[in-house]
Amino acid sequence: MAKLILQRLAFLLLVIWSASTIIFFVPRMSSRNAIRERFAELARTGGFAPADLEAIISSMEQQFGLDRPLIEQYWVYLGNILRMDFGYSLSRYPATVTDLIVQALPWTIGLLIVTTILAFLIGNFLGAIAAWPRAPRWARGMATPFVLLTGVPPVIMGVLLLFFVGFRLKLLPLGGAYSIGTVPSLTWEFALDMLRHQVLPAMALVLGSVGGWVLSMRGMGITIQGEDYVTFAEHKGLTPGRIFRDYYLRNTLLPQMTAFALALGTIVTSAIVVEAIFSLPGIGTALNNAIRANDFPVIYGIVLFITIAVATIMVAMEFVYPLLDPRIKPQT
Amino acid sequence: MTTTWSSQPVLRVQGLEVTYYTDLGRAKALDDVTFSLGAGEKMGMVGESGSGKSTLALAMMRMIKPPGRIEGGTVHIGDTELMGLTEEGMRKARLSKIAYIPQGAMNSLNPVTRIGAQLVDAVKSHVSGDSNSAIKDRCLAALRSVDLDERVFNLYAHELSGGMKQRVCIAIGILLQPQVIIADEPTSALDVVTQRQVMETIDRVKDEINAAVILIGHDMGLMAQFVDKVAVMYAGRLVEVATVRDMFTNPRHPYAQALIESLPNLDNKGVFQGIPGLAPSLLRLPSGCAFHPRCTHAQDICKQVRPEVNHISDGRLVTCHLFDKEAVHVQSA
Repeated sequence: MAKLILQRLAFLLLVIWSASTIIFFVPRMSSRNAIRERFAELARTGGFAPADLEAIISSMEQQFGLDRPLIEQYWVYLGNILRMDFGYSLSRYPATVTDLIVQALPWTIGLLIVTTILAFLIGNFLGAIAAWPRAPRWARGMATPFVLLTGVPPVIMGVLLLFFVGFRLKLLPLGGAYSIGTVPSLTWEFALDMLRHQVLPAMALVLGSVGGWVLSMRGMGITIQGEDYVTFAEHKGLTPGRIFRDYYLRNTLLPQMTAFALALGTIVTSAIVVEAIFSLPGIGTALNNAIRANDFPVIYGIVLFITIAVATIMVAMEFVYPLLDPRIKPQT
Repeated sequence: MTTTWSSQPVLRVQGLEVTYYTDLGRAKALDDVTFSLGAGEKMGMVGESGSGKSTLALAMMRMIKPPGRIEGGTVHIGDTELMGLTEEGMRKARLSKIAYIPQGAMNSLNPVTRIGAQLVDAVKSHVSGDSNSAIKDRCLAALRSVDLDERVFNLYAHELSGGMKQRVCIAIGILLQPQVIIADEPTSALDVVTQRQVMETIDRVKDEINAAVILIGHDMGLMAQFVDKVAVMYAGRLVEVATVRDMFTNPRHPYAQALIESLPNLDNKGVFQGIPGLAPSLLRLPSGCAFHPRCTHAQDICKQVRPEVNHISDGRLVTCHLFDKEAVHVQSA
């Protein structure tokens, strides 16, 4: 077991190293310069154009170590990663990358983790019901509308919801994490206001993804019902509830949990899109802004953070499998 | 009534009919099946694939799934009539009155829960009020009575051999001491040594709880060694029911005769005698007697009139026109 854990940790490090190397070089292929762009932006909006602009820029580049050869920067970068120090944001200096991630993270976790889990639970429940022949017809039909919505990407869903529910019906706010003018505080009023802002983005994410879970669970359910052990359970005179729970749901769990771990990895993609549409200050928006400004330290920080999170979940899943299915033994 | 309670048959099946409603038409899978079985008696049920053996087992358990439907008939176990029970009443009757030992024991156990849990949940679904330790003791006793070690209780199905899995299924079958046990080809996936051990196990536990056993299978050799009575099915009907000795030495129905003659024989090695033709499709059964196109004794009447069950001497039942004259009029059970 110790050998297995070591092996998986080594694998984890390998994944993180490869991801960090790729992500290091990609933004540097761009000819854009985040520092120069920042000053250009300042000049355009504020009319502030220092005479010794070139001197300021080169002194900042020196400070960030950008004047050194790329390969030398790469070694420094790897060393920083080992210390989990991602440095400063170029476009929002003096804010550090860690500051930006810490500020953005709660919004993303609050919205995306919750909606992914919600979609997983709703989808699997409806899918299991849809495949269960003893369920009443109306219950089995509940999954159908979600299946119809499966093809709609979160972007379109988000825009449609914004237009109809937010703009036309004015039922819910059009964007932002909380109402402009309110100060974040630990009051019921603020919490409620915040929740109201999360409803539409959550719906945009959940409505489109429930259908996928319904379909995979329904397929799995139909296969498992044909298994001899479910038939024999009925011959044993077990109550339908027990057969449903211990013989049917329990056996669909393993493949669905794998799919769930994979789905957590795709969260990021949805995050960028949905947070952008609803102007939520999450990880997705932070990454989006960083890419637009070619603020590579922030790109490094966020992408690495996501890589580590997803890779760790995957490795953890491997240790959860034997608990879900006794036929699986951890293999070195 | 002069008969004593104990001589009353424990299982009485009367006019059982099952039809499958398929897109191609109606298929009558069981047609007027009537037989009875006493406590401790063992009956073998033989016939070609698709002749209705397994359908009969499922119908007795009331486990026929759509598009199939039980269209008529009664199944009495003691004085309980199964077909009239509510859904919940039937659920309780399964395993406690009539148990089914499945055909595919290899996959009949839940792969993700321990064997013990699968015995315990069977007991808990029928008996309420027993303490957990009493239930566990009962399960361990069942495992012991099928010659399994008590440690099997804590194992998973994939840790057992095929024979052990089959024994676990038998242990589950006898947990609640049912009056009737249906074993659907319980040994078809096992090697001959294990096969014999499993059959002996079934035999012994049957004696312990004095249950009536119906053994479904193709293996005539196994039947000859194991059962008291043999019933031959053809196209959803019971064509002959006789004691095992009568069936093997002097089969009466032409199909049963052909079946016995087709068995390989030590004196006549190398020559296999099959039954010409194929089993008919249940969707397009021949008129009259369903066997007449393959029957060497077929007469004109066989093509037109559906034969009724003839009770002939010493309790034999033959569904064939050849025996219409020999029939003894017996009040059907």
